[in-house]
Order: sequence, then structure tokens, then C-alpha cells
Amino acid sequence: MHIVVCVKQVPDTKVIKINPKTNTLDRRGVPSILNPYDTHAVQEAVHLKQQYGGKVSVLSMGPPQATAVIKKSIEIGADEGYLISDRAFAGADTLATSYALTKALEKISKTSPIDMVFCGKHAIDGDTGQVGPGIAKRLDIPPITNISAITKVTKDYVELQRKLQDGYAYIRSTLPCLITIEKEINEIEYASFPNMLKAVHFQPVVWSVDHLENVDRKQLGLKGSPTVVGKMFAPPKQEGGHRLEGTPEEQVKQLVEVLKDKQDLFHVNKS
Amino acid sequence: MPEKFDVIVVGAGPAGTSCGYQCAKNGLKVLQIERGEYPGAKNVMGGVLYKQQLEEIIPEFWKEAPIERPIVEQRMWLMDEESAITFGYKGQAWANEASYNNFTILRAKFDQWFAGKAQEQGVTLINETVVEECLVEDGKVIGVRTDRPEGEVLADVVVLADGVNSLLAKQLGFHHDIEPAQVALTVMEVLKLPSETINERFNLEDGQGCTIEMFGDATKGHLGTAFLYTNKDSLNIGVGATLSSIVKVKMKPYELLEYVKNHPMVKPLIQGAEEAEYLAHLIPEGGYHAIPKLVGDGVIVAGDAAQLVNGIHREGSNMAMKSGSYAAEAILLAKQTGRFTEDVLDIYREKVYESFIGQDLKKYKDATETLETHPQYLKEYIPMMNRAAREFFTVDGASKREKQKGIFNMFMERGKIRTVQDMYRAWKVMK
Repeated sequence: MHIVVCVKQVPDTKVIKINPKTNTLDRRGVPSILNPYDTHAVQEAVHLKQQYGGKVSVLSMGPPQATAVIKKSIEIGADEGYLISDRAFAGADTLATSYALTKALEKISKTSPIDMVFCGKHAIDGDTGQVGPGIAKRLDIPPITNISAITKVTKDYVELQRKLQDGYAYIRSTLPCLITIEKEINEIEYASFPNMLKAVHFQPVVWSVDHLENVDRKQLGLKGSPTVVGKMFAPPKQEGGHRLEGTPEEQVKQLVEVLKDKQDLFHVNKS
Repeated sequence: MPEKFDVIVVGAGPAGTSCGYQCAKNGLKVLQIERGEYPGAKNVMGGVLYKQQLEEIIPEFWKEAPIERPIVEQRMWLMDEESAITFGYKGQAWANEASYNNFTILRAKFDQWFAGKAQEQGVTLINETVVEECLVEDGKVIGVRTDRPEGEVLADVVVLADGVNSLLAKQLGFHHDIEPAQVALTVMEVLKLPSETINERFNLEDGQGCTIEMFGDATKGHLGTAFLYTNKDSLNIGVGATLSSIVKVKMKPYELLEYVKNHPMVKPLIQGAEEAEYLAHLIPEGGYHAIPKLVGDGVIVAGDAAQLVNGIHREGSNMAMKSGSYAAEAILLAKQTGRFTEDVLDIYREKVYESFIGQDLKKYKDATETLETHPQYLKEYIPMMNRAAREFFTVDGASKREKQKGIFNMFMERGKIRTVQDMYRAWKVMK
């Protein structure tokens, strides 16, 4: 079984600041990390490899520094890494990104057919969640989003648990398919020492546009990106709420009063 | 089968990186293991890096290393509650590249750079990994076990540069638990201040730095020092005292630091500065007597792990680097002979003891203990000197002869014999 995980290098949004004047991200001194959802996707692929055999490849698009997230994936247990890196890809929105990644996946599958493509649910910098389904559409395979468990894999199909607003859907899909991964699917494991050693000297296969086949350059990068950002603003601060003051004892008393008063909100059984 | 290297270096501080750099440069296969997220993430020092020992490894390193300012002035303050006797040295010689003496640095940046240079030489660096124990076979260290799955890795020789509280050296029985009097707890802050403001307040040209060491009231008269160093656009301010003193002074380390920051000598220098970082670390202060067994079969102990710090002259990172260099020399020699036994590696111990490291630590071998057991030096004599200076420089109608006599009597308040004894003792431990 061959699983390819699409991974993205993102700024660590835990430490990012919004410039209040321009409403743009202030990326100075912000470390770059492997998108957390993608980390879980790589981990899940590695679990499946351990269970069912096969191999895990990771694919990323970005500048040469994005090699760092491929190395991170190798630490987790991925076997192969591909980076597509070219000025022609720069400024891509989700449409152009999914096009470029699809071209790379097509090239990978020529030498090693792909059974499943994994993506994180979304990237924490853009939050769109569009690239995964975009790739599926272009590859003409089923997109199955928001997956919180993969329960069975056979040669022909996969069984999955899909997270919904208020519950789960249990799905069976034919292979190949594209799956986007929720964080709750697994815990990230502490990487083994041999994997750490392997990652230090690992170099991914790097492809420029010229390495890819049947590419329509008009669909790449800024040129291939119809998305226009109309306006950016920081979300308004949450308002309302009530702060309890006083000693801990007084606060507890007040809190109990509030809870009694608002018990209808908590579906309390009054009997 | 675990992978095997020529050398495993535990720790990516100055000692470990210096050793790894020189082993890799000479063709050895080196693995360096660091527990922090990156080299320097967990490392702390006041901030003075001496030129000599690093220049021997990387000539003209200051041209590319992330140094803050070359130091042109070193000030010493003997402090009382509201005053200080000040002296020091400032010279343009230290401002010339050819005769730089030392620099201020920020360890998080510097250690990363230094480890990067070692990687360029071929060192394989693994971060975020704790070495839990040395693998020992027939009394010989043959590798280490890390906290990761399949975490064992082998080597001909393991260099323990794992810092002041070297659990690995303890595991091997090389040293005992550290005594509270043999280790200082240093807390420090990095305070952001514009470069021009620093230049004005410390009377500095652009790109030149100054250090201030404070004794006496900075540690409430207990054994320790405080310091204030100038970086490019920040200040490092800190205070360190032996654990045994901290117990006696009954103040928490950060309270002591707040006290120093509010001292009338210090406050105007740091006014308006913004707190950017807070750091704390243990510093070895046991000196000569605290040096553990340095060499065993397949193992060498270097840097802070070997307690190689001269507290009196605030030298440590230079000794760490030099010990790393000696370790590399010994390992390369052992590689030639094909034997990594204690008797071959023992050349490392000889070099450490014969060099300035051993000589200097021997010179001050009883200084810390004397100051610890005789608190009068910091607690009584420094305030007395402050009173004497104020008395002498205050014009109030008394004749100079009268003033001298008053000052003399003040110093003899402790009793002539005791005072003479104190002076003799001080001369003896410093000579």
C-alpha cells in the first residue's frame, strides 16, 4: 500500500501577531512548523504502514526551506519525500496549489501507484480546507473529509469514521481515495532514534516545474489564482461575560447562584 | 543493531560543540545529542565570551558569529545599600579587532551558530533527545541510551558535556551529589533598551560594550555576585549566589534580582527597559576541589559537567571550549592507537590540569569556601570601605589626618588581631 501525505510548512500561529495598522500577519521571528493536522496525517499513514505494510511518501510545495517539514515527516516515520519548488508556484491560492500538487502526484504514481492521498483537515494559516478536495476532484477520486478514524483497510476499500457537526458518519470508500485528517485521529508518537538519525541527512526529491509533465503554466502560481483578498481584519474581541470578584469562598457562592439561575441552559434534570 | 559512531557528544554547549567540531574536522564520525529544542535553548550564562579559546578553533569567528558587543570596559562595584566603591578598566586596545579580549553574547543565538559550524564540519546533531544513561560493558562505556524508542547508539568514546548537574557522570560514579555550597543559582533578565540609550548611559561608542560586576550588597552580603552587561540593544542583568547562601539570605532568587534592579546604583541604568526574557541556571562554583574523575574507559567529562568554572574571574565558557579541544585531541590520539581506554585518554586529564584551567582553579581552590565560611569580607568590609570612602571624600572641616585616623579606627573595630588575620587570609586565598 502506498500512501502519499501532502504536507505544508506554516507559521506557528500560536506565536503570530496581527499588525493592527495593516491587518496583515506579522511574521517576524515566527518559527515555521509542520501544519499540525498534517502531522497527524503523517502519523496515521505511518500507523497504517506498520499495520498493513507498504510505504509512506510525503509531498510538499514551497521554498527550499520547506525541506524542514519533510524532514519532520521522516522523523515520524515516512519513507520518501518530494518537494516541488519553483518561482512559478509562488503566490498560489488553493486552486493553483491543488493543480501543482496534482501534477506532482501524477508523476509519483507513475513509478509507484498511489492507494490513498492524505491531507490535513486544513492548514492553520489559511483555514480553507480546499486543497485536499481540489486534488481529489482533479485526480477524479473520492474526497472524504474530516476523518477521525480509519477502521479497516483492504486492497479494494477503506472504512472510515467521519466527524460531523453532532456525531459521526461511518463510511466505506473505494480505493484510491483522498482523505483529510482530524487531529483526534491519533496521538503523535515520540519519534524513534533511528528515524531521528535518518531525518538529519535526509534530502527530498526536489522538482521544479520543468520536472512535471503536461503542465499548463497558466494554471500555476499567482497567474492561476483567481482568489482575491478583499479585506482583512482582526476579529472583534469577545464581549459580555461576568467576572466574579472576592475571596475564593465568595466567588464559589456567587458561581453557585449563577448556575442555579441559569440551570435551564445546562439541561439540568430538576427531579 | 544500533548504529555506531566514532564519538558521541552529549550536550550542545560550548564544551560539547568545541569537541564535536574538532573531532569531525579531523574526519571522525560524530553524533551530538542535545536535550533542548535547539542548541542554546536551555543554556544560560551572564554573557561574556572570551576570544582566545574560540579563536583557536574558528579564526576571526567574530566576523560571522552572533556577538553582541566587544567589551572595552570592565567595571567592579563594591556595593553598600546606597553606594558603591567603583573601579575598573577601560581601554581602546580592546576595541581593536587585533586585540579584542571578550564579547557579550546571548547564548540562545550563539550556541545555535556554534553548533551549526560543527554541523558544517560533519557533526550529526539530534535535538530534543535526552540521554538517559551510558551503556557500560565490562567497565567500558560503549554508547548511550536515549529516551526515544530504539534509543541505543554506540561509539568508541562518549564525551559527557551534559552540563553542571551531570547525571551521566554521576551514573558512572565519577562524582557525588553536588553540595549546596558548590553550586550557584543564577537568575537573569534580558532587558530591551535602544542601542543609543545604552551608549549614552554607559558612556560607550557604537558597537562597544561594558560589563559591571557587583559585590556586597547586591547579594545582601552573602557569597555571590550580580552583573550588568551591555548587548546590542538589550542589557543582561542577573544575580547569582551559592545555594547555601540563598538558604541563608532567606530571599527567593527573583526577589534578590528585583532588589538589585532597584538599587540606586543600578536603577537609573536600566530605567524604562522592557523585560524580554527571564532565565535561570545552576553554575558550578566548587572549583578545584569539585572536579570529578575526568576520564574512564571510553568516556571523557568536559565543561560544566567537569565543574570547570572560575567563579572569581567569571570564566567558564572559555574553559568549557578549551576542555572540549583537549578532549578532541585525546580522542584523535586514541583513534591513532585504536585504543579508547582510560590510560590512553588520560592525556586529556593531564592537559586540563596542566593548562590555565587547572592552574587557575588551583590558585583559587579555597576562595569560595573561605568567603562562604568568613562572611565578613562581603558583609562587613565592603560596607566599611564604603563608609570610609564617604568619610574621606566628605569636606566637613575635619582635617585629613583626623579622617584617616577615624577610618583606621573603624577598620580596627573588629579588633586588631582579627582584622590582620582577615587580611592575611584574604591574601592567602587570592595569591
